[in-house]
Amino acid sequence: MSARDNILARLRKAPVIPAPAPATRECEAREDQATLIAQFTDAMRAAHAEVFFTDEDAWPKLLLRLAEEKGVNTLLIGENTNHGQRLSKRHPDSLRLICYDRPASAWKSELFNEVDAGFTAARSAIADTGSLVLWPDQHEPRLMSLVPPIHFVLLDAATIAPSLASVMASEAWSAGLPSNVLLISGPSKTADIQQTMAYGAHGPRELIVLVCRTSQGRPA
Amino acid sequence: MKTAPMNFMPGAEFAQRSETALNDPALRSSFRGAMDFLQGKRRAQFPDAIALENLRRESEAIRRYSLSRLPDLLEQLERNLIRNGIVVHWAETPDEANRIMLEIARRHSARLMIKGKSMVSEEIGFNHAMAAAGIEAMESDMGEFIVQLAGEAPSHIIMPAIHKSKQQIGELFHDKLAGVPYTENVDELILTGREILRKKFAAADIGISGVNFLVAETGTLCLVENEGNGRMCTTVPKVHIAITGIEKVVEKLEHVPPLFTVLTRSATGQPVTTYLNLISGPRQANEKDGPDEVHLILLDNGRSQAYDDEELRTTLQCIRCGACMNHCPIYARIGGHAYGTTYPGPIGVIISPHLLGLAATHKLVTASSLCGACSEVCPVKIPIPQLLVRLRAEAVAGSPTAHPIRGTGSSSSLLMNLVWRGWALVYGQPAIYRGVSWLICRLRFLTPSAQGAWTSCRSPLKPAAKRLRDLLAEEKSRS
Repeated sequence: MSARDNILARLRKAPVIPAPAPATRECEAREDQATLIAQFTDAMRAAHAEVFFTDEDAWPKLLLRLAEEKGVNTLLIGENTNHGQRLSKRHPDSLRLICYDRPASAWKSELFNEVDAGFTAARSAIADTGSLVLWPDQHEPRLMSLVPPIHFVLLDAATIAPSLASVMASEAWSAGLPSNVLLISGPSKTADIQQTMAYGAHGPRELIVLVCRTSQGRPA
Repeated sequence: MKTAPMNFMPGAEFAQRSETALNDPALRSSFRGAMDFLQGKRRAQFPDAIALENLRRESEAIRRYSLSRLPDLLEQLERNLIRNGIVVHWAETPDEANRIMLEIARRHSARLMIKGKSMVSEEIGFNHAMAAAGIEAMESDMGEFIVQLAGEAPSHIIMPAIHKSKQQIGELFHDKLAGVPYTENVDELILTGREILRKKFAAADIGISGVNFLVAETGTLCLVENEGNGRMCTTVPKVHIAITGIEKVVEKLEHVPPLFTVLTRSATGQPVTTYLNLISGPRQANEKDGPDEVHLILLDNGRSQAYDDEELRTTLQCIRCGACMNHCPIYARIGGHAYGTTYPGPIGVIISPHLLGLAATHKLVTASSLCGACSEVCPVKIPIPQLLVRLRAEAVAGSPTAHPIRGTGSSSSLLMNLVWRGWALVYGQPAIYRGVSWLICRLRFLTPSAQGAWTSCRSPLKPAAKRLRDLLAEEKSRS
C-alpha cells in the first residue's frame, strides 16, 4: 500500500465524530462607500502605507510627482494595461519606464537590481483590515508587487469592500481562482529582532496607494 | 550547521536544560520581554470579550467540522490540486518526506533550496537531510536566518529568534558574515539580511514553504506572512515545494477569513499580516513569473494517531498561532529550547507525544502547572490542560482506550506502582488505615531531613505527632 492509502485507511478507521457544518457568515451590513474609504485609509496608514486621493484625470501627474520626490529613476509597468500606457505617454525623460514584457527568468538580474519601483493596479480592496486585493496575471505579474523597493498601486475607490469574506462572496472566488491571489496590507515588514518593527524585510519598503475616486467603476 | 535535529530528548536532559535556562538571566529577560509584548499586542486586538468569544466559537466549529470530514476533504483537496496542476505527495514519516524532497531536487539538479518559514520542515529535519545529500537549504525568514546562522533551532514557532537580543544578533552577524561591522541598529541588521537573501532568492533552484490553510473546494494553498520571503520562495525559483500536516485542510474558501483573522490577532497581535498568498496552481502558459512546478507534501507523522481518539483529536484543531506559549508561565521561564522538541510550549507538549511517542516525551507533559491560561487564549479552544492530564495518565497507567498511543505506560515504574498499590490498600481498608497512621505518628523521628527534590528549596515534610482523628477525639472529650 502507498503512503497515501495507509494514511487514508487510518483516518477512515478512526471513530466518526460528527460536527455540524459552520454557519455561513452573514455579510456585514453594507456601509456607505465614504465610510469604507475612510476605514481602508486609516487601516492602511496604521500599517505604514501612504494613501493619496486622486481622480481618473489627475493620478498620472500625482504618481509622477511622488516618483520624483522619492528619487525613483526606473519604474516598472505592466504590459498592455490602460494605466501603464497612460503613464508611458507622459513620463518625463528623467524617469525610465521598464515594461514587464518578458518572462522573469530572462531578466532576473535587472529586475532584482535595477528597478526602483513597480506600478500596478489593485483589483479591489478590503476596508476593515486595509488590504489590497491583487490577482497577478500576464499583464501585471506577481513579482511587480514584490521585488521593487517601492510599490505604487492604483485603486478604484468604488471597489473597496467591507471585509475579506464579502470580497470572496461578491467576486465568487470559490467558483475558481487564478494561480495566484494576493492580499497586501502594507509594506513588507518584520519584528524578528527583539520585537522591533523594521520595514522592507524582503519585499517593498514603501507601499503607496493612489485611491481614485472617479472612474468607470463608480457606483450609480 | 552544528546541531543535530532535536527530535529526541530523554527526560533527565529536559530537567537539566530547564535548570540551565532558569539560571540564564539574559535568556529569561529576552523571553519575559517578548511574552509581555506579545500578550499586550494580542489583548489590544480583542477589546470586546463577547466578540472574541464568538470568533473563537466560530473558529473552533470550522476546525472541528473540517476534522470530522478529514479523509473526505483530503481526497477532495487532492482531486482539485491535481486538476489545478499541483503535484500531491503523501508521507507517513519525516524520512519519507525528505526522500520526496530529494527526488524532486535531484530531478532538477538542485544545488540551493531557499525556504520560507515552515515548522513542518523543522519537524522532518529538512535542512540536515538536504545538507547530508550535498544540497544547501537556506532559511529566508529573518528569524530563521538568524537561528540557522547561529547553528540553533527556533525557540518559538512564530518568532524563531525570540531568545536572542539585538546585541547578540549584531555580534552573530559580525562574526559569521564577511565584511559586516557590528551594529545593534535593527534596521541595518535587517538590511544586511535582505541583501544577502535577495541574491539567494534569485539564485535558488527550488523554493520551500509551509502552508497555513489548505482549501479543499478550490485546491488552494494559503500562506500567511509579513516579510515577503514566503512570496519570494513560492514565486522566484522554478520549482515550489510546500509541505504541511494532513490536518491543515478546510472545506471551503469561506472558512479561511475567520481563521485568518483569529490567527494573526492571536499570534502577533496584528489586525492582518502584510501578505496573504493564495496559490492555486503553477505558472500558466501566458504568465511571466511563478514556478513551473508546484508540489505539496502531506505529512502524517503521528497525526493520524491523535485523530484516532475523540479527546486527543482536538490537538489537531491547532492553527499554530503560538498564543498558548506566549501565555504559558512555564514556557516564559524556560524558553523554547529546553523542551528539545520542534514545537515547544503547551501545543508542543500535547502534539509531540504523537510525533515522537510518549517514551521520549513523557517528562514534557509534566511541564505544566495546569493553570489553564493556554486554553483560555487558544483561538480554536483546544482543551490543553485536559489533554495534558490525559497524556500524563497514558504515560503512567497505560491507555484507557482500545487504541493506545505510542509509548503508553512508558513512565510507569515498579516502585511507583507498588507505592500506589500500597496507598490504595491502606486507604481502602479503614482498619489498616487506622493502624498504619498510628504507626506513622510513632515513627516520625525516622523521617529523613533530606527528601530529594522537595528539600532542595523547602523544609522537610514530617508527619504530625498526632493524627487528626486523635486531635478530634481529644477535643470531644474536653468539651
